[in-house]
Amino acid sequence: MLSKRIIPCLDVRDGRLTKGIKFKGNVDIGDPVETAAQYYMEGADEIVFYDITASHERRDIMIETVRKVAEKIFIPFSVGGGIRTIEDMRQVLLAGAEKVSVNSSAIRNPGIISEGAEAFGRQCIVLGMDVKKVRVTDKIPSGYEMVIDGGRTYTGIDALEWARRGEALGAGEICLNSIDADGTKDGYELTLTGLISSNVNIPVIASGGAGTPEHLFDVLKDDKADAALIASMTHYGSYTIKEIKSYLNSRGIKVRMNW
Amino acid sequence: MIAIIDYNAGNLTSVKRAMDYLGKDSVITDDYSRIINAERIVFPGVGAAGKAMADLKKRRLDQAIIEAFNTKKPILGICLGTQIIMETSEENDTKCLGIIKGKVIRFTRGSARFKVPHMGWNTIALKRNHPLFQGVDRDSEFYFVHSYCPAPEDPEKILGETDYITRFASVLAAGNLAAMQFHPEKSGAPGLKILANFCEWDGRDYVE
Repeated sequence: MLSKRIIPCLDVRDGRLTKGIKFKGNVDIGDPVETAAQYYMEGADEIVFYDITASHERRDIMIETVRKVAEKIFIPFSVGGGIRTIEDMRQVLLAGAEKVSVNSSAIRNPGIISEGAEAFGRQCIVLGMDVKKVRVTDKIPSGYEMVIDGGRTYTGIDALEWARRGEALGAGEICLNSIDADGTKDGYELTLTGLISSNVNIPVIASGGAGTPEHLFDVLKDDKADAALIASMTHYGSYTIKEIKSYLNSRGIKVRMNW
Repeated sequence: MIAIIDYNAGNLTSVKRAMDYLGKDSVITDDYSRIINAERIVFPGVGAAGKAMADLKKRRLDQAIIEAFNTKKPILGICLGTQIIMETSEENDTKCLGIIKGKVIRFTRGSARFKVPHMGWNTIALKRNHPLFQGVDRDSEFYFVHSYCPAPEDPEKILGETDYITRFASVLAAGNLAAMQFHPEKSGAPGLKILANFCEWDGRDYVE
């Protein structure tokens, strides 16, 4: 039976982690390569890098980071942030990433999903979705709206509609981030996750709000999500991946325990 | 020297990186004579079967793989490479290499629980010992990402099976050929162990 994936997410700017990451008993480190290697050793099932480098001219720094990571870790990893063209995708994939994630760029130009899927295969293309809960209207029948620019800009696109469209265009997976839950540590947005996941036939990674292992249990049970993204709960040493997985395992969620 | 067959299918560099990490000499190549003269061959790939077969044929690499198989070179198929060794694939209605009899079929969605592609970590039930799995824990998990799976006619060719929607053949073995639907180069330590075993493998299908 397929295991649920636990995926740490690292924010990278100009080739460094935006905040130092502290493993249990370890000092802070800001190097994405070392941090990825550490998570790999600790049992992460996959790693997500989110590039928040402001300037497009400095993209080559990220490519170099991806290349170094690929030499050290032998699990899948994806790169998102600033992917606007097929050429951007090609560079990241050639440097060694398994997947690329498109978010705002796909809203502005949905064709990038189908072009990417055509060029590199569907399994490479992750549709990143930033979503906010809104009032139900004719235009937003699900009550969840797509937002971009870190949640500052409302797009007028219904999240459920967008998820279905993304799948039809060729996305192989959805990374579903609730802007409302993000950073709260109060748990994932379960209603949103269940809604999207049950209406598409591609895997959904839940993102935003994880604070305790129980939050992961809540979003992974009953097959709401196929994978869970985590950040601060392991970044600052509150939990190890192993502790999270042991907890999930004890509550009957199948996770990879042997690595 | 290990030849990693280059036929424009993605993911070649990750196999090369894993070989580099293991300290094994390998080369990514689409050169016919280099492939048939290599000590051993990895046939990897992600992508669609139709385009993959067309690209192989264009470079006569279909012939190189069959010749390498017939001359008993150790061959490792990975993911799409594992599907291409079958006779036909439902993906793009493709005629494939036919080294192992049977077809490649698409997963059909069983329920909300089962999404396609089958993406993530899963276990393998080995039906017998094999040199490539020596020293690999039986409860190890491996990284899969695929929407189609091989269905060999001869059950003897199935080395390992995995449960997803149905029970499917996730590892095939036929003499000097071993082929896996998962990605050993992306499956952490147990995957690297399989690759390391392959680099030492003499092509014999059994464990003494």
